[in-house]
Amino acid sequence: MSQHLIDKQVVDLNELREAFPILHQEVNGHPLVYLDSAATAQKPRAVVEAITNYYEQDNANVHRGVHALSVRATKHYEAVREQVRAYIGAQSTKECVFVRSTTEAINLVAQSFVRPRLQAGDEVLITNLEHHANIVPWQLICEATGAKLNYVSMNELGEISLEDFEAKLSNKTKFVSISHASNAIGTINPIHAMVKAAHDKGIPVMVDGAQAVAHMKVDVADLGCDFYAFSAHKMFGPTGVGVLWGREAYLDEMTPYQGGGEMIAEVTMEKTTYAELPHKFEAGTPNIAGVIGFGAAINFLNSLDGVAISAYETTLYGYAKEMLDAVPGFRVIGEASVKLPILSLVHDKIHAHDVGTILDSQGIALRSGHHCAMPLMQFFGVPATTRLSIAFYNTREEINRAIEGLHEVNRMFGQ
Amino acid sequence: MMDLQALYQEVILDHNNAPRNHHAMDCATCEARGVNPLCGDKLSVYLLLKKDVIEDVSFLGEGCAISQASASLMTEALKGKTTTEAQALFKAFQTLLTEEGAKPDASLGKLAIFEGVRTFPARVKCATLASHAFEAALNKDTTPVTTE
Repeated sequence: MSQHLIDKQVVDLNELREAFPILHQEVNGHPLVYLDSAATAQKPRAVVEAITNYYEQDNANVHRGVHALSVRATKHYEAVREQVRAYIGAQSTKECVFVRSTTEAINLVAQSFVRPRLQAGDEVLITNLEHHANIVPWQLICEATGAKLNYVSMNELGEISLEDFEAKLSNKTKFVSISHASNAIGTINPIHAMVKAAHDKGIPVMVDGAQAVAHMKVDVADLGCDFYAFSAHKMFGPTGVGVLWGREAYLDEMTPYQGGGEMIAEVTMEKTTYAELPHKFEAGTPNIAGVIGFGAAINFLNSLDGVAISAYETTLYGYAKEMLDAVPGFRVIGEASVKLPILSLVHDKIHAHDVGTILDSQGIALRSGHHCAMPLMQFFGVPATTRLSIAFYNTREEINRAIEGLHEVNRMFGQ
Repeated sequence: MMDLQALYQEVILDHNNAPRNHHAMDCATCEARGVNPLCGDKLSVYLLLKKDVIEDVSFLGEGCAISQASASLMTEALKGKTTTEAQALFKAFQTLLTEEGAKPDASLGKLAIFEGVRTFPARVKCATLASHAFEAALNKDTTPVTTE
């Protein structure tokens, strides 16, 4: 990749980096290089300030007070729900449920929507490249009901086989849950085609968008799926907030996953009637400050030029890939033709944890391990990988630092 | 302050490259498994006890340099020791790695080089996995040891 092209695509990179206070620090005596955004993205100042402002000025419980602070907190909290609706192209805020995380959203759908539909012998279909959050909830309900969990296979590049997917959609298949993009190797799945194939057989589809939302414009109407789950913290918002989007008709027929305050219309000693959507799924006091911080993150993302950002990330990824290919001993796992800017590396003789420690000593933060995707690691026959995940605040200089770090790993191990 | 040189010393790299006593043992009198779920380090450890003396010792496994080297060095340290001496060795090793300011006990011999791991908290579990697994084998504990 020529320097010219990269420079041309720098979208006020300095200004962008200025917005992220955490990036400007030294770690182990070196300027921090943060290449672990797929684990959690860093937060712009606006998000931190929104949370502080909320606690300093508006803190009160939502949906239950008549006093001014409670009214204000409720207004801000519900305004974020509208921001979420607009951001993902949902029809109504009734379809946008605030949860704790992507994981909780998947568990909610597994327990409240899928489990009552399962009988012994039925099947739930997922893929080989899921992370544990999109495996274990299905294992739990399959164990409980005697249903079977089926996996779609993939090729050596880490791409899902559409043929295998269609072959495994049978009249026993009651539900499909697939990641929009893989956290471990970056593969972006052909969601449109998969949703169509499943819907042709009348099977509802959930999409786990935890990784995708940070890198692409997601439009649930366009995707055509029935449920979409994502987390605020991967899209530059706070931890502890996630969203379950679901078709209103489906959410309507589901019984609540958790019971408590906030989700009721009327409680007598004998019986409870539930609150309207989406509140019937939001038992207990929610993460109000987190949701308000999430609103600031959505504003921040909306202020960026998505096309330029995406082009910049792709260019930086291409540069990193080219540089990595020149480092002896390391190879990239997962080279799908359509993927997120994630590079998962393995070395024939050096374990990912040793790589991670040596890079950390140079101030470089990246993830070493199985990325909570152990079946995927088994497929590639590796115990762990070193993952560089790129966000728009990363620079070419940072990639150079990481590459130099990998050379240092080789030197240290006499490779 | 992190000191990489203290972590990846020559001896550790050597034992990682060419682990000693690295094989299964058919005639083992005790064995155990150790896993580090966070990293995926896996060890199987084997002991051949004659009365209360460790006559032979070996391991198999995969993982980072620290986990492999500590298992390899541990096998060398354990050979010929009585079970009481071995228990004392595990305790001395674990103390060295987890207690602030602990100085290596003379009984540790070459294992003292793992002192440097203490400044890398994320790696302490890699270094102690083998000692926990051997301890479980000696105690005839059949559930796999995990560091979590």
